[in-house]
Order: sequence, then structure tokens, then C-alpha cells
Amino acid sequence: MASNLKCQICSKPATVHFTQIINNKVHKIDLCEACAQAKGVTDPSGFSLADLLVKVALNPEPVAGNELRCEKCGFTQADFKKHGRFGCPNCYDTFKGMVEPMLEGMHKGNKHIGKTPKCALERQSFSERLTALETGLHEAIRTERYEDAAHIRDEITQLKQSQAAVQQSH
Amino acid sequence: MSLSTLIDTPSELTDGTSSKSAIVLMTRIRLARNLAGHSFPGWAAAEERAEIVKQCRKAISAATPMKRGHALSIDEIPELERQILIERHLISRELSGAKEGAGVVISKDQAISVMINEEDHLRIQVLRAGFQLRKAWSVINDLDTALEGSLDYAFSPKLGYLTACPTNLGTGMRGSVMMHLPALVISNQMEKIVRAVNQLGMVVRGLFGEGSDASGSIFQISNQTTLGETEEDIIKRLEAVLKSIIEHEENARAKLLEADAEKLFDRMGRAYGILQNCHILSSSEAMNLLSLIRLGVDLGLFPAEQRATVDRLFIEAQPGHLQHTQKGQFEPAQRDILRATRLRTEFWSFPKPDYDRPGRTT
Repeated sequence: MASNLKCQICSKPATVHFTQIINNKVHKIDLCEACAQAKGVTDPSGFSLADLLVKVALNPEPVAGNELRCEKCGFTQADFKKHGRFGCPNCYDTFKGMVEPMLEGMHKGNKHIGKTPKCALERQSFSERLTALETGLHEAIRTERYEDAAHIRDEITQLKQSQAAVQQSH
Repeated sequence: MSLSTLIDTPSELTDGTSSKSAIVLMTRIRLARNLAGHSFPGWAAAEERAEIVKQCRKAISAATPMKRGHALSIDEIPELERQILIERHLISRELSGAKEGAGVVISKDQAISVMINEEDHLRIQVLRAGFQLRKAWSVINDLDTALEGSLDYAFSPKLGYLTACPTNLGTGMRGSVMMHLPALVISNQMEKIVRAVNQLGMVVRGLFGEGSDASGSIFQISNQTTLGETEEDIIKRLEAVLKSIIEHEENARAKLLEADAEKLFDRMGRAYGILQNCHILSSSEAMNLLSLIRLGVDLGLFPAEQRATVDRLFIEAQPGHLQHTQKGQFEPAQRDILRATRLRTEFWSFPKPDYDRPGRTT
């Protein structure tokens, strides 16, 4: 009955059908003998289906010509298929549609509930607010709204002072 | 401090402090971290990689536990020394194979290493002798917080710490414990254990990680999933699994002694005989023989203080360490002769087995 299944890596007829239960979820994979050997499926002690699923999750082949490309680093879906790793942190945004289904079964859940980098996030929100205020300031000056510009300048000074105080306390 | 001082100073694993524990040799926790706004190491161009190394190195060297440590570029470390660092678990094979723009910072006591531009920008790692997940977590958590004080980590509120491979998303944490499980191997129960552990979202690997074999009956057990749980929960889950494996190993030892003591003594006695008389010894055979001697120590055939000797020899029998003590590079066939000589000398003054007082497991 399984004779018509194709290898999920190279599309030759699949002869190895592997099932693994991770976190009470069943994962199945069909492979030809060569790929099964290459991926170490025949060695149960050293094999984890989750690692392999990362690479197979991208089937079917992405449509050529219309491919998604990370605007920060130029990484494409085909690159991920080749390397099994992403190009930059921004790729997780770019390829969101692909990442979400991949996480199902790979992890215990799909939402982070562990440690957060507090200082880095504070710095990030500081620089984001600063950029927003500075844009507002330029805009106010350009349109000759000098009273607004003065307000915004005060706000910027205040923001910078509070950030300096935070950094000293660290 | 120079590379040779580092190599000549025993590591946390080689100094014998790990020998307090019969079954758990070593605990290790690593965190994967990346800088926001930079490509991951595997995708970054040479120039960007160099910039990442510069930024990270500055931050790491300023962190309190890393002061007076060793900051090394991979391309500056000769091949033999790289092999030694791998055998001490201070760098990975992947990092060792990296070209330019990769490095490592190792703390003075060699309990902490931070790899730069391995699979992720940062792989922070803490090693501890024995079963010490909580202690290791507290050390690594503090260091991570200190680094984050000056580095902008790539982080998403939903996916957590962003890593090159999605299998490390979330906490980016992998806790591993190195266990010596000879009785489970002898009684053919390891396959069953591996399967059960896999079902709990954990992985079992050989001593040197992915793809390495389990010679010496030493296994590395770690969490596979990193997203959707807190670090503390992952540690709790690992602890529960490991405690149950320790129990299984203890039961298997008791059962072997009860059902087949002669067969077990025969194995350990033969291992002792071979180690005293061999002239050619591969590293994998050495590991397997030493494993039986270590089991003999646990069972009271040899004095408990000899566990430290065995643990030291586990490391010294590795190709890198062996060539370092012999001060030269040798072909594998020559190494097997040197290894045999080394262990023969060592076991000539090793106490004789006492087969009358078995049963002790600590």
C-alpha cells in the first residue's frame, strides 16, 4: 500500500517509513533508502526526526520567479531549504508563513514564555521613540511649527536624560 | 594568558572533581544568542563576521566571570590545540572547522566558554562537574544578563531569542548531562531508554555530541525543545528524566550483580588485565575498558579514590590530549601504541581488584 509514496527529500519511491512520537505528537516521514542512510534514520540512537522535519517542512517546492526574499539579508526560501538555517533575525518576519507551521510539533508550544533581554528591549524602545521624536521634530521645523518643535525638543532631552539615568543604574 | 597556559591547565573535567559522582559525570548548559541587525554567521560575509567578533569579544571580555580569561581566534589556534579544546568540550567541531571571523573566549577556570560565530553569533556555555543543572543555570543566566547589558540581542516577544536554526528558538537553551551508563548498555536496555527519552522531547547522543558514538558507555542527554517553556521548566523536566535514568542504571547494576556476578567480574577483570598488558589500543577500546574499570570502582572492586584516575584517563586517552603529552603529531597507528604504553604504565600501579566486597554503588 505504501508503494506509491515518494521520498520527501528526493522524490524517488520511498521504502523507509519512519514514525516518531515527540511530545505526544506523531510525526511521519517517508524516505528512499539512500536518503534514509544519509540522514541517519537507520541509526535510532542518533536520529531525531525534528531536525529532519525542519528541512522537509518546506515541501512542496516554492513557485519559481515569485519567491519571497528577506529585504534585510537577501535570503530566500530556497536558501533555507538548502541550509536548514535562516539568514538573519529579520527572516523570521519575512518567512513567518513558513515558520509557523514548522514550529508545530517541533517545540512544546509556539509562544516564548522564558527569559527576556530587559536591557536590550529598553534600549530598543528608547531608540525607536527617539527616532519617532526626531522625525517629528524635522517635520515640525520643515512646516514651520516652531512651538511644536520646541515641545518635541524638550521631550527628546527628557528622554535622553532618563535613558542616561537607567544606564547608570545598570 | 597564552594558549599553552590554557592547554597545560587541567579543565573542570580533567581535574578529577567530576569524580564525586558515580553516574553523572558533567553538566553543561548552553544558550544561543544573536545580535539584532546582523546576518547569522553562516550567511554573513567575511567583513560582517569580523565586525560581529569585535563587538562580541569586547562585551564578553568585560563580563566579570570572563576577566583574565583567554580570547582566541579560531584561525590562530593550531590543529592539535583545537582538537584538545574539543575534547574538553570548550569548542565544538563546527567552530573548529570555521575559517576566519570566528573565535572563543574561555574563562580562566575553563568552566565557561563563549563561542563567537559558530551556528549563532554567540554560544554561551557553562560546564559543571557532576549533576548541577540549577547551579549551571544560575551562572549562565547571570553572564547572559551581563552580556545583554551591552549587546543588542535579536529577540521577538513571540518567538523569543531568534536563532539561525528554528529548532533553537525561544529560550535558545540546551541543558545536557553526561552520564556513565555501563549496566544499561551491558543489559541491552539503552535502546529502550533512548526511545522513552525521545518521547519526552529529549535527545540522547554520544560523548562528543551529534553523530559521535557512545564508546565508554558515556551518553549525553539533553532537551530537544526550546520554545513554549521557561528555562526553569526545561531544567525541571530534564532533572526528572535524569533521576529516573540514574534509578534505572542503579537497578540494572543490582540486577547484574544478583543474576550474573561472575560474568560481570569476568568483564571487569579482563578489562584490568588488558589495560595492564596491552601494546596496541584504539581510543574507542580504551574508553570501553576504562568504562568497565569505572564501574568496578562504583561497585567497590577498586578504591573509590581511583574514580578520579579513571576520569582523568578518559580524557588523556583522547587523540588530542595523547599527542599533547607525547609532544608531537602521530599517525593513528602510532597513537594506538603510545596510548597502550601510557595506560599500561598507569595500570601497573593501579590497585588490584578486590572481588569480595562488591555491591557499593557510590
